[in-house]
Amino acid sequence: MKRQSSLDINNLTRVEDHSLPLKREFSLDIHHLTRVEGHGDIHITVRDGKLLDARWAVVETPRFFEVMLQGMSAERVPFLTSRICGICSISHALASIRALERAMDIVPPPAAEHIRLLAMHGETLQSHALHLFFLIVPDFAGTSSVLPLIQSHPDIVRAGLQLKELGNEISTVTTGRCTHPVSLVVGGVSKAPDKQRLLHLCTMIQERKPAMEAACVFFQSLILPDFVRETEFISLSNGLTYPAIGGQLVSTDGVIKDENEYLQMTNEYTAEGSTSKFTRLSRNSSAAGALARFNNNHHLLHPKAQEVANRSGLKSLCHNPFMNNIAQLVECVHILEDAEKLVNSLLDMELSEIKSNYEPKAGVATGAVEAPRGILYHHFETDNEGRIVKANCIIPTTQNNANIHFDVQAIAEQALMEGKNDEEITKLCEMVVRSYDPCISCSVH
Amino acid sequence: MNLINTMKLKIASFDFTCCEGCQLQLANRESHLTDFFELLDVRNFREISSERHNDYDIALIEGNISREDEVERLLKIRQQAKVLVAFGTCACFGGVNSMKNRFPLDDTIKEVYGNMAIETLPIRKISDLVNVDLSIPGCPVSKEEVERIIVSLATGSLITLPKYPVCVECKQELNTCLFELGEICLGPITRAGCNAVCPAGKTACLGCRGPAEEINMPAFLELVKERGLSQHDLQEKLAFYNAFEPIAPDETSILTRYQ
Repeated sequence: MKRQSSLDINNLTRVEDHSLPLKREFSLDIHHLTRVEGHGDIHITVRDGKLLDARWAVVETPRFFEVMLQGMSAERVPFLTSRICGICSISHALASIRALERAMDIVPPPAAEHIRLLAMHGETLQSHALHLFFLIVPDFAGTSSVLPLIQSHPDIVRAGLQLKELGNEISTVTTGRCTHPVSLVVGGVSKAPDKQRLLHLCTMIQERKPAMEAACVFFQSLILPDFVRETEFISLSNGLTYPAIGGQLVSTDGVIKDENEYLQMTNEYTAEGSTSKFTRLSRNSSAAGALARFNNNHHLLHPKAQEVANRSGLKSLCHNPFMNNIAQLVECVHILEDAEKLVNSLLDMELSEIKSNYEPKAGVATGAVEAPRGILYHHFETDNEGRIVKANCIIPTTQNNANIHFDVQAIAEQALMEGKNDEEITKLCEMVVRSYDPCISCSVH
Repeated sequence: MNLINTMKLKIASFDFTCCEGCQLQLANRESHLTDFFELLDVRNFREISSERHNDYDIALIEGNISREDEVERLLKIRQQAKVLVAFGTCACFGGVNSMKNRFPLDDTIKEVYGNMAIETLPIRKISDLVNVDLSIPGCPVSKEEVERIIVSLATGSLITLPKYPVCVECKQELNTCLFELGEICLGPITRAGCNAVCPAGKTACLGCRGPAEEINMPAFLELVKERGLSQHDLQEKLAFYNAFEPIAPDETSILTRYQ
């Protein structure tokens, strides 16, 4: 990547621009925040130069998936739960499948586990690329969306599109479609990926490593807002590999729980004025997502990804929420390397045994996966015929909502102390919410 | 359908109760993306842009309606849009969200939110509330089909959806028929245009694109019966996207099991 093709990062200094008069009294009402998935509002009230109120309110309409799931056959469940989210449908399908397989004592064949992991990599790459290039970059470029950048900064847009396309292609080859997977089923996968297409994936990954490198150089050149608020980071951990599907539930405050003890890790509660619930563990809020995974598992990343983290100033234990963007970038580097390895081992495998037969039965279990935005729990109780008796889904953004809320308060407070004006405060609050890459429809489900 | 005369289509995309997966398709097929957006003047698209203008001609409506504020938003959009598009299965038929309507509303709220007051209405598809000019079904919509329709709108050409069922596309792909594998597949009765993506992945078509135009429903039901396949499975599949309820005979209605 040529440096001159980078965005003019000086645009960010607009946030520091004091040309507008400082107001001592104002209210900000950001209705339906843009460049995020779903509907959320930010409310800020300043009186006499002091922050009176700062709130993150989720106003998304609920869909009641936990109710819709009641009575559904196990076989159909992943096809319904994938519809919780248009961005992380593979994670939802796999969380359901894992919960049902654990509840009904089904062991999927090793090849299926490989295929599923590769599918998750595809989804996370697609999701992170969407967030980094479509939703975040405009804040630094001073544009309202990525669309003007297609003309003004074609190199960086092309790099982003190449990575996003690669993510989608990995998902399509492994699950039949990039959104709402077709072949992820209880017991394994219904169809093995085509070997020709796997070979093509190998070439594609190789060809797109320069785009990844260009993305790293670009994001390292951005100056992220200087803001720190200590919190507790929760993620999966298995001690052997960077987490994706299943494992122990760990927090940076030292809490360790078994997957089935997810309720003790989440302590979900309803919050007035918000259709999404909130969660907490050791403090009044906690965080899930790329930064939480990094803080708990950084030593398990591919060495190339660790190197990018070092170069970008990302070091565990990092409490700056804006560094979640960098953690996503670091994960993309890891994914490209790990996906290449997985594709190669799938090419060496006989892909004849891909699905275990099973008899539906009564059981109860939790399935936890690391969705792009963090740890995702599905919990099911089945009857003798494998139909759902009771369902519960706890979404990454639900686990981030309280943290987002307190970050909005803290960053507004800090910005006021620094003498920033209402426009600057608005921008910083919007940016801090976006840094979590919230998936709001998902959090309400 | 030559409603728009401008070179670039003044378009807006709005999401209601849904997963936003159909809107996301607009950002997919990355290698065609620059050309695709060349055809469009994006006036309002909250998910990817902070610009909000209300001078659009085409409005893509994703999702369904489940709260009073959504009704008001939709009516305003209808006033502005020259072409209002029901975008995706939720908008066209109600989609998976319609399963909520099988359960009493009070119990539904209580199960998820306990005693917290939550405003929610039974799910309604877009055409239950406003006139829809164009329907693009699919869960999610197929980006290729969307591209084709956008080009047709830009050039003022006729917009058509395949009238024949998924089965036709599936046979062209030489996929193994799921009925031969002992499964009920809605391919024989569902509108094509998805390239039979689900049966190609060896999972049953659940009918997200709604009924094909010329289908033989009695023969389809007879086929399921003849092969001794599960009536419960049939009910669950027919009701999955709420796209077949109006044509399914009473005995296959999923409602019977929940009442």
